[in-house]
Amino acid sequence: MSSSDLQRVDINPTHTYNGFKLRPGKPLPFGATLVPGGVNFSIYSSHANACTLVLFEKGQPQPYAEIPFPDGFRIGNVFAMIVFGLDYENVEYGYRMDGSFDPAAGHRFDQTKILLDPYAKAVGGRDVWGTPPDWNDPYQYRGRLVFDDFDWQGDRPLEIPSEALVIYEMHVRGFTRHPSSGVKHSGTFASIREKIPYLKALGINCVELLPIYEFDEFDGSRTDPADPNKLLMNYWGYNTVGFFAPKSAYAATGRLGMQVDELKALVKELHSNGIEVLLDVVFNHTAEGNEQGPTISFRGIDNKTYYMLTPEGYYWNFSGTGNTLNCNNPLVRNMVLDCLRYWAAEYHIDGFRFDLAAILGRDPIGIPLSNPPLLEALAYDPILAKCELIAEAWDAGGLYQVGSFPAYGRWAEWNGKYRDDMRRFLKGDVGLVGAVAQCIQGSPDLYAWRGPTSSINFFCCHDGFTLADLVSYNDKHNEANGWGNSDGGNDNHSWNCGAEGPTDDPAINSLRKRQIKNAFALLLVSQGVPMFLMGDEVGHSQQGNNNTYCQDNELNWLDWSLTERNSDLLHFVQHCVAFRHAHPVLRNRDHLRNYDYVGSGYPDISWHGTRAWRPDWSEGSRIIAFMLCGKHAASGTVQDNYIYVAANMFWDALPFELPGLPQGMQWHVFANTDATPDCFAPASEPVLENQQECLVGGRSVVILVGK
Amino acid sequence: MAFTATLEVKNEVAFVTITGELDASVAPQFRTQIEAAAAQHVKRLVLRMDDLSYMASAGLRSLVFAKQKMGSGVDIFMVAVQEPVAETIKMTGFDNSVIMVPSYDEANPPSA
Repeated sequence: MSSSDLQRVDINPTHTYNGFKLRPGKPLPFGATLVPGGVNFSIYSSHANACTLVLFEKGQPQPYAEIPFPDGFRIGNVFAMIVFGLDYENVEYGYRMDGSFDPAAGHRFDQTKILLDPYAKAVGGRDVWGTPPDWNDPYQYRGRLVFDDFDWQGDRPLEIPSEALVIYEMHVRGFTRHPSSGVKHSGTFASIREKIPYLKALGINCVELLPIYEFDEFDGSRTDPADPNKLLMNYWGYNTVGFFAPKSAYAATGRLGMQVDELKALVKELHSNGIEVLLDVVFNHTAEGNEQGPTISFRGIDNKTYYMLTPEGYYWNFSGTGNTLNCNNPLVRNMVLDCLRYWAAEYHIDGFRFDLAAILGRDPIGIPLSNPPLLEALAYDPILAKCELIAEAWDAGGLYQVGSFPAYGRWAEWNGKYRDDMRRFLKGDVGLVGAVAQCIQGSPDLYAWRGPTSSINFFCCHDGFTLADLVSYNDKHNEANGWGNSDGGNDNHSWNCGAEGPTDDPAINSLRKRQIKNAFALLLVSQGVPMFLMGDEVGHSQQGNNNTYCQDNELNWLDWSLTERNSDLLHFVQHCVAFRHAHPVLRNRDHLRNYDYVGSGYPDISWHGTRAWRPDWSEGSRIIAFMLCGKHAASGTVQDNYIYVAANMFWDALPFELPGLPQGMQWHVFANTDATPDCFAPASEPVLENQQECLVGGRSVVILVGK
Repeated sequence: MAFTATLEVKNEVAFVTITGELDASVAPQFRTQIEAAAAQHVKRLVLRMDDLSYMASAGLRSLVFAKQKMGSGVDIFMVAVQEPVAETIKMTGFDNSVIMVPSYDEANPPSA
């Protein structure tokens, strides 16, 4: 008798209810799982008395069945039931939870609400972006069943070493939504695949996607006060509805409920092109807001467990959005772990960036923990062991942990200090060369015990100005958001180069472009992990809006005609990325030691000014130069060329005396942001005519290769 | 239109014609024809899909099943696929595994 002849003994119904065949279910896995002949539904609540499964035909306003979980089917606090004979592709499900309504005790059960399964693998009801919801529908976000099989054809997470990553921060919809993209189904997972050649040419090997799980783009929506025809929406998506479900409206096949397959197909194709996928995950709050917000899921399932509550039963608001997820409650911690394991295992995701991650280190009443169990669990989890874990190491409650985030030797951080110090240096502020020297080295001042790969370096991300706007505006201009320009940060460290906003002045425009190139040049020669914002490589502008969270339009959508109009900038960025990939000396796993430990005669990094070997650390200095010794690449295990970088943020040209190279080597020019051409293809750099001195233009960066 | 799946084998090529809507309830019928085709060790599978109007998750899996069942040496042609179905196949990346053609010439033999 072969194994295929063995029938399971637990696949036949044992009970009936109103014509439905049932059987006690299995608590694991949580959520809705296809089993032979039926569906296993499992949901837990510490404080509910009873639970009812509610079934809808896809799209119908009223349920066609409500099946109470028999008490005999409960194991511990888990309601588990197998229902046979369901139409997998056409059923939508939810739950009613019976319990007390006693806010002061933390309970907000309400039997009139139908609740979304927190473990729903797909959500139905919002399949097309921007279709106005039926506000009369009692159940807006509906759990759907998914087939979890997928033909990966040997795909697995890429495990690119962290130091080799070049991260591209991308918004799924914004990447292809603009009419100029020329793709078939703009703004979707599928259409990103059509643009993979562009990403490969750019040279990035990692995309970090803004939230892709189910969120409500109509959350907080309102008409633009200045234009009644325009709707301001939740475009960025930092407001989770379903942690385990990819956003249906981000899928061209969302109407058919195939968003799971479509996203997996995208990951598979990115992987086969050598590009990792990181997900921006938002575990600090949910879309349910505070007590005045909608009851979608957690509030009605187990409010006291899922949310940080005050003694009176109100919602702590460390996220600035109304509620705070109770991440260090053991049940929630397990849910977060289940969720990340699910994405890593089922979608082959390569890592995660945690929004407002400082919240994940707070205890149930908000006190920062010195050893937060959730962060520790994530750092040590076996399934996540090769995933990038990146923290946005602050929150909206004043907890700023850049450099002090509980790392367990694993976590990396968005280095807000790099961003601020380098922006100020770029705009010509004084007193920064010491800080810049730290930034260039992968911030040992912050991460001495952790290595440069803990530092995610960036000038710009989705939050704040784009790079083009960083050099075009002194102040934010967020009137389009309808808050009277009161929203958005004020500490932008930006400089408009002489005029605010668009200008015809060729000198200003030329300087702006050079400043953008300066930023990319410095970013891509810094130790650590570089990240840049989608569109910065072609000079995308948000018209000075530094908080475009609600703008579903050209402010956010990448205009592909910029790849032509700003082809010189794109070309420069492509070359800088290629340069980084070509030179391991730029991508050390360990911090530079500032001395010679291989006997080359040169320290691994040395500092220079207008005089070789004499850096200018004075308070008024706006210049810095450094040289990397190629024999120290990868802590001396790999041989590379010598690299010299001079950054002159003073307004006039300055001569930089070049340090001498070993016998037989010469300095070649890779890049000069003040010259035309501004860069050369790696390995084809021309020899510098004057090997003793290099005149570096005002507000310019020069990168030389010694070989 | 009710779902049908019919098999015809000619000159080492299996022709399976599927019509109607390929959903979870009828997918087993399609799979039965694929298994029958595979049992005859054909060199090529041609799916005639001009009257197939709907396909979603279950249908896609049936196609993947066909690919796996026939084996890597057997090309799969899909003939006259309706636009929405073709789109679904492309959006989920399955088009890399098959050859979609507007029409199929039966005089076109599989290479040895």
